[in-house]
Amino acid sequence: MSAILIIEQVLNGLQFGVMLFLMAAGLTLIFGVMGLINLAHGSLYMIGAFAAAAVAGATGSFLLALAAAMAAAAAAGALVELTVIRRLYAADHLDQVLATFALILIFSEGTRWIFGSFPLYLDVPAALSGPVTLPGGIDYPRYRLALIGAGLAVAVGLWALTQHTRIGIRIRAGENDREMIAALGVDIGRLYTLVFALGAALAGLAGALVGAIQSVQVGMGEPVLILAFVVIVIGGIGSIKGAFIGALLVGLTDTLGGIFLPEFFKLFMEPGAATQTGASLASMAIYILMGLVLIWRPTGLFGARA
Amino acid sequence: MKTLLSAAAAAALLAAPAMAEVKVGMITTLSGGGAGLGLDVRDGFLLAIAQSGRDDIEVVIEDDQQKPDIAVQIADEMIQSERVDVMTGIIWSNLAMAVVPAAVNQGVFYLSPNAGPSQLAGPGCHENYFNVAWQNDNLHEAAGAWANETGYTNSFILAPNYPAGQDALTGYKRFYEGELAGELYTQLGQTDYAAEIAQIRASGADSVFFFLPGGMGISFLKQYADSGVEIPVIGPAFSFDQGILQAVGDAALGVVNTSQWSKDIDNPTNAAFVESFEAEYGRLPSLYASQGFDTANLLLSALEVAEPSDADAFREALRAAEFDSTRGDFAFGPNHHPIQDIYAREVIREGDVFTNRIVGVALEDHADAYADECSM
Repeated sequence: MSAILIIEQVLNGLQFGVMLFLMAAGLTLIFGVMGLINLAHGSLYMIGAFAAAAVAGATGSFLLALAAAMAAAAAAGALVELTVIRRLYAADHLDQVLATFALILIFSEGTRWIFGSFPLYLDVPAALSGPVTLPGGIDYPRYRLALIGAGLAVAVGLWALTQHTRIGIRIRAGENDREMIAALGVDIGRLYTLVFALGAALAGLAGALVGAIQSVQVGMGEPVLILAFVVIVIGGIGSIKGAFIGALLVGLTDTLGGIFLPEFFKLFMEPGAATQTGASLASMAIYILMGLVLIWRPTGLFGARA
Repeated sequence: MKTLLSAAAAAALLAAPAMAEVKVGMITTLSGGGAGLGLDVRDGFLLAIAQSGRDDIEVVIEDDQQKPDIAVQIADEMIQSERVDVMTGIIWSNLAMAVVPAAVNQGVFYLSPNAGPSQLAGPGCHENYFNVAWQNDNLHEAAGAWANETGYTNSFILAPNYPAGQDALTGYKRFYEGELAGELYTQLGQTDYAAEIAQIRASGADSVFFFLPGGMGISFLKQYADSGVEIPVIGPAFSFDQGILQAVGDAALGVVNTSQWSKDIDNPTNAAFVESFEAEYGRLPSLYASQGFDTANLLLSALEVAEPSDADAFREALRAAEFDSTRGDFAFGPNHHPIQDIYAREVIREGDVFTNRIVGVALEDHADAYADECSM
């Protein structure tokens, strides 16, 4: 296996990781600040992708499509927070899971009702299509490099927001003690709506960015949602930094595991069986990683709460 | 429950309840990510029933949500309380395996418009089970044959790691005579193929065969086109059918895929089918729609001869397959699976719509590999 192939796969792992981070960041904020398990986060990802496909189809502009994706997902998030989620903060986790699962069904069938049952078309913008040759002679898709850049930029932006702005201080305070910051005169209701919309916008952005190289279809958010939960459990619930490290770990483990495990089994098995065993084990790799992290640190890598 | 009754049939029911009526139970996927396939089968089937002008056929349609447990539940209800004579509609092989054996053992006829798992073609075949589409391996076998014909000698092959995916690679290898540059199983439902594409690039292959149905194929093709890898791709029709081509876009142009049906197969039945389907539903038919249409016409042809209550005569009439298929020649083999031509098609653009054009016949009068294992 050549060095070029390995570098290319590391880039693939990074790209997958930063996109997972966009999903996981919103999920961990919502879980951390409000103590809410939001299964419908995958639906917001789907809404972002559909809004982007619709706007890109109508206007031909990818930037407008991205803006529309974030706006649509944030609006859907805020609406859901005000009408449904708000009643669930005091409820136990099982009620939250039930209610947000119902939201998945409503969003999925609603999207089908509006857009139909066939997948939509969303393509990468012309300026970013095709491969680019990196130093060392690696051909790598330009769009995937842009995804890595966009993901890192969002990570830096989120870090700056939570560490260096007033709203960020309130978010962190809300995470630690919601009664106390309410007593200090912060409108906790508005803060929650804001955090929810922010998380939703990030999910929508991820859906639109990833939708351009995947299939924009109903139900596209749920597989990503499961991975995002793995990420926040590994990273520690409520921690943006944890979500970032966790997302990169999961992205790299999943991608590199898929490459190296079959190769590893080929050392002592015949190729056909090795591919199948390797592929099966690779699909378990991130869950094994999660298990190991939890044995070592039961609250996740950067989890504060016991 | 959604029951579709033609107005005349409803009137007939009110007027003369004793009139002989045939009840068809259709279980298919109408919600979730796979709904496009079920919708096409349903629409093709209902189009043929409507065109027959018969008002004594009642079609009961239920959504299985692509879940085996739900399909089983609906099947029980259809057989025991609705008392259907004939069942059809299932798209996915795992659902077919959960429903079909029990249904045919209770004396119901099952006409498969899509799923063709090897178990039901081989040892698990049944006299009341007819497959109007294909045995699962068929299109992949044709892809292997076409690869030989094109002169490919070093294929990279990949499919999801589940039974139909394993069948696909087996089917391809059954006919393909060259070397393998690589063989990969991906995860079912995987959406990112960057790692696989990097391996394809590094493998030195002269062709890529893939079976990735639904959204998986859309993702793969878009990412493959964007990666700059120029190795030609070949695959079964499932990733190039009318429903998803528009979502793949330019990335699919020129790709050769194998199918038992294409909208440009030159016969009057097919021409009329394509035209009337487009007129009725405002979209071009897919191969799934053609399978639904053929299934209904097979049923109608048998009903001309016998009632399902006369099981032996009805079965013989089905076996004769005396109907005008959209595919032209159509006959059943000894295990009630089709013997038919499988074509190689190429993705082209007509105006602003992406569609397929036949470029050759990959396999002529092709039967499946499991017929010998069937004894009925």
